[in-house]
Amino acid sequence: MTGLRYVYAVCRPFGAPLQAQLTGVAGAPPRQLVHHGLVAVFSEVPASDFAEEPLRAHLEDLDWLTATARAHQGVIDALTVVTTPLPLRLGTVFHDDSGVRTMIEARERVFRRTLERLEGRVEWGVKVYAEVSPEQAQSGTPSAPAVSGQPVSGRDYLRRRSTQARAHENMWQQAEEFAGRLHATLCAHAEDSRLHNPQNATLSGAAGRNVLNAAYLVPRSRSEEFVELVDRTKDESKGGTPGMRVELTGPWAAYSFVEEEQT
Amino acid sequence: MTVVERREVALVDLLDRLLAGGVVIVGDLTLRIADVDLVRIDLNALISSVNAQVPSPFGDSQ
Repeated sequence: MTGLRYVYAVCRPFGAPLQAQLTGVAGAPPRQLVHHGLVAVFSEVPASDFAEEPLRAHLEDLDWLTATARAHQGVIDALTVVTTPLPLRLGTVFHDDSGVRTMIEARERVFRRTLERLEGRVEWGVKVYAEVSPEQAQSGTPSAPAVSGQPVSGRDYLRRRSTQARAHENMWQQAEEFAGRLHATLCAHAEDSRLHNPQNATLSGAAGRNVLNAAYLVPRSRSEEFVELVDRTKDESKGGTPGMRVELTGPWAAYSFVEEEQT
Repeated sequence: MTVVERREVALVDLLDRLLAGGVVIVGDLTLRIADVDLVRIDLNALISSVNAQVPSPFGDSQ
């Protein structure tokens, strides 16, 4: 037993077995360690990859990070089917079983309280993008005549530039108002919410600027309603506020809600 | 079992949760990887990888 313990989540004991063919990080099957009535779900991983130094180096490797993140998420997803897991951050590694037990003992009360709070809840992610069409970005407002190649006077040029700037400003203002309204509506249908930093377009490869990147905690039983609400907003955004795109992800384990409320 | 169809989750969405969310356990018990620094390290790694993989902004249209 020379492997380290990579812990995915802490849960209450669950009756149903995990899928037999499920593999976790490093291709290792997830196992359970029961202590003080809580379950730590972990994989035994090689120290050559998961000790502090190699792990740090690996995290700089996008392919490795991708594979590990997907494997981690695969286990969390499987747990979400049978219970409400309390997910740990990627890369939480212990030396041995006794390290895992000590961690459970040290945090037992918080774990129980958090599991109680999250029981039966899932997280939904909602993002809003404001899309600027290339023409708009380059040649001003959509109503500006497309007279490329024609000479313009300095005054016309300046006028066009200022119209363009105003249109741009209006667009961001509209985008922010749209996102603000949507967030308020969704909050009214969720138990809790968190705002994540907007995603960098270089990383996401998504078109447009990410103006809202939020997570909502919703009881499983009310998730269908929540999804329908977001879908309706998508339709509205197509009609009412052009250039807005709404994206929904989930259901996720409640990653964004594991910390106690901070106000 | 899920309400919406499952499609492959985008890596950024995943990392928003796995690197910025989840219970952080630090201290002598762990190898102290689950640290806030991680987010910064990885985003740097991601940005440089993305830049390396996509030399031209017009190369790839998704």
